[in-house]
Amino acid sequence: MQFEPIRSLELRGITKRFPGILACDHIDLAVGEHSVRALVGENGAGKTTLMNILMGLYQPDEGSILLNGREVRFRSPNDAFAHGIGMVHQHFMLVPNMTVTENVALGMKSTHRPFRLDLGAARKRIREVSERHELPVNPDAYVWQLSVGEQQRVELVKTLCLGARFLILDEPTSALTPQETDELIELLKKMSRELSVIFISHKLHEVKALSDTVSILRRGRIVFEGRTEDHSPADLAALMTGHEVALPCVECSDAAPAEGRGLLSVRDLRVRGDRGNLALDGLSFDVAAGEILGLAGVSGNGQRELAETLNGLRKPESGSVLLDGAELGGRGADAVIASGMGYIPEDRNTEGIVPSFSIRENLVLKDVGTVDWSRGGFLRLGPIARNAADLRERFDIRCPSVDTAAGSLSGGNIQKVILARELARKPKALVAVYPTRGLDMGAEEFIHKQLLALRAAGVGILLVSEELDEIMNLSDRIAVIYKGRILKVVPGRDATKRSLGLLMAGVLDE
Amino acid sequence: MNKTMKAVYNAAVVLAATLAAMGIGALVFAAVGADVVKAYGVILTEPLKDLIGITEIAVRAVPLTLIALGIAIAFRSGTLNIGAEGQMLMGILASSAAAIALPDLPKPLLIPLAVLAGAAGGAVWGAAAGILKARLGVNEILSTVMLNYIAAQFYTFLLRGPMMDPEELVTGSGTPQSVRIPRAAWLDRLLPGTRLHAGVYIALVLAVVVFILLWRTSAGFRMRAAGAEAKAARYAGIRVERYVVAAMLLSGAFAGIAGAVEILGVHRRAIEGVSGGYGFTGIVVSLFGGLHPAGILPASLFFGLLLLGADMTQRLADVPANMVLVLQGAIILAIVSARQFMNNPYVQDRLARRLARIRGRPAPNPIPGSPEACPDPSDSPDPCLADEPAALAGGGSRDVRPEDQR
Repeated sequence: MQFEPIRSLELRGITKRFPGILACDHIDLAVGEHSVRALVGENGAGKTTLMNILMGLYQPDEGSILLNGREVRFRSPNDAFAHGIGMVHQHFMLVPNMTVTENVALGMKSTHRPFRLDLGAARKRIREVSERHELPVNPDAYVWQLSVGEQQRVELVKTLCLGARFLILDEPTSALTPQETDELIELLKKMSRELSVIFISHKLHEVKALSDTVSILRRGRIVFEGRTEDHSPADLAALMTGHEVALPCVECSDAAPAEGRGLLSVRDLRVRGDRGNLALDGLSFDVAAGEILGLAGVSGNGQRELAETLNGLRKPESGSVLLDGAELGGRGADAVIASGMGYIPEDRNTEGIVPSFSIRENLVLKDVGTVDWSRGGFLRLGPIARNAADLRERFDIRCPSVDTAAGSLSGGNIQKVILARELARKPKALVAVYPTRGLDMGAEEFIHKQLLALRAAGVGILLVSEELDEIMNLSDRIAVIYKGRILKVVPGRDATKRSLGLLMAGVLDE
Repeated sequence: MNKTMKAVYNAAVVLAATLAAMGIGALVFAAVGADVVKAYGVILTEPLKDLIGITEIAVRAVPLTLIALGIAIAFRSGTLNIGAEGQMLMGILASSAAAIALPDLPKPLLIPLAVLAGAAGGAVWGAAAGILKARLGVNEILSTVMLNYIAAQFYTFLLRGPMMDPEELVTGSGTPQSVRIPRAAWLDRLLPGTRLHAGVYIALVLAVVVFILLWRTSAGFRMRAAGAEAKAARYAGIRVERYVVAAMLLSGAFAGIAGAVEILGVHRRAIEGVSGGYGFTGIVVSLFGGLHPAGILPASLFFGLLLLGADMTQRLADVPANMVLVLQGAIILAIVSARQFMNNPYVQDRLARRLARIRGRPAPNPIPGSPEACPDPSDSPDPCLADEPAALAGGGSRDVRPEDQR
């Protein structure tokens, strides 16, 4: 597939209004050949909207797009593809019950024969692309079987297979390990010799590592544009949020790391995954009261299965889960919840909240049957409303009212609803899975502070994350999970990104 | 947009959908050569011209309300109960069998007993589909439709065999019907000269009961949670399967009560053709009424009017009564399509702006973080996307995992 190269892409005066909000306010952006432009900004700053306009998913209210100096109009993503622009979305655009090959073939018009799909050609192209760019994917796996990280790779491969010569990446590293991130950054650098990239991210060190120039969006406007090398991450963070940001960390807090017996202890856990494989294979660890145990690992190494097993959503084949001395292995989710386990699930929109329920209802989702919220089977609307008003205040949940459907809130506020519910239950232990994924720095700061406050209050926390910064900042000890086992547990202060990264890749060098 | 305005907006959408459906109906009427104006005139006004007509609307509205209430429970709990027709028949069998078997019981005992027997009959049939879904993952639409067939054949078999009125055999006329149920089981007629019966009270009371159940009890809360997002409900410790069975059981029980009331109040014996499609019309009533008792009551009166009016058009406007089925189908399509506009903040916002402009007032500023102030599509299911390309709507693909993965 050879087309005219994209020498320049220019957005002029792009404006887009959504109900009551100016998502993009006369944005000008020009990207030249073989360059990497970082686009940074908090959630809601308008980055994704701008890119969706560029991809033809939205039509701008005002402004124009110029490609190689000629004005173009993208009425749909197909138009944008046809001009060689490809986007990897933050939320993956994959059909879960199709294989990787089928997903790629869907978009590859060249494989569409009359009455059939040429899957062979698609598979060949996938192999080419994944070998050339060192992006290993299994072409025959079903997408729903893949971890988030693997799905991200499939997205990249798909976009490249479709012949993209101008890549838009919407927070591409949010699901990758440090090694993978480094590899991706290397790969993108290499690729920028052939094509241009717009790179959307919150992570300023990645922005520093990868991009030539950076544009900062705040409230729909470009507030800053400049060469990346001239500015430190701290400068960029301040420009992005409008104020100085300091993420809290465990060492800065006064509370001493807890000693004593395991509050949550997991012994020799064996659990089967969705594919019938042994997702957890003899996994053991302990979390003490008032301790944060960080669980580092590439997603797909058993984290989902572990979190689900700990919370009674998956039956273990063998092994035990003890919370404060009580056996939880194999008991149902209701029993686990009643025993004082808190849970911030991976997918906040479908696991953490019922999206169509109001904030008020979501805040009592787990405990609606207890005497606090119902009497004789009838809901106590007064206390439920007071609880919601109280938690809204305490957790700074930004919403028009507590009767608003929780699903219409922004990701940060949804996470606050979940956190508020879990913390208000006064749990003994908390399992937090990717608690800040996709959130901006303000929300991340808030959630980290809450987790540390919880630790100071004597709660044992298992923090599952792929963000090494997050894990290293917050954890007393860090356990690395690899292929369903804990490879090694290291004290938080001794951990380095490099050593953790190697462990996450399964390298145990003594 | 404030709450009143939203209610007005949604009511306007329902009205527009109804008009659209009637427009489709008009096309079909015209196609079969009927006088459209006359046909609609008869359907919508003729039944309201005398007391008999008005009471007959209520007589039809009673089973419709009861069935629609049950369907609302099932739909709200995430199961699509298409089996009210069969559940109603099983209710009729159980109810009339109980009444016939115990003729000597006093009235205050026999009526509740017969109604409860009807509820039990329907509940068994509904729970069967619920258990199949919860235990074996059988799609409830398939199972309830198939159970309808079984119930229909079973009903016919009993009425032509074991439960057949012995006198029919003696006289040799062979009408498939049971014996008359004892007088002590009859629901009182409320107005002399009409068929309006005490079942109206049962329907009204149960409408209140359903509201309380779904929105004022913890069990109802859990049912709605299981229906709205089964995964989140499961993560919150709610035993979703259990509530699926409970919802189908209740849903079937309501259809069974509808059957019982229809027999005890109107026919006074089990005959063929009692259900008369109520089980299916009840689904339309339930959707039309917004799956809420406060909407279902007026909706069932409206459909009572349509059903009665359709009978009358046959005589007065020479349009086959079955044409009302076409109208029903059109209404379902219109209502389901109208949902695209209901509760869609994007459309509501545009409308609010336009109204504000007409009135010469500035549009109110949305509260930060509100659904009106649409959040960045990147981090939440964005209501703005409702009318954006489908590619985005199906975007959260990793959220949609096949149910059977466990």
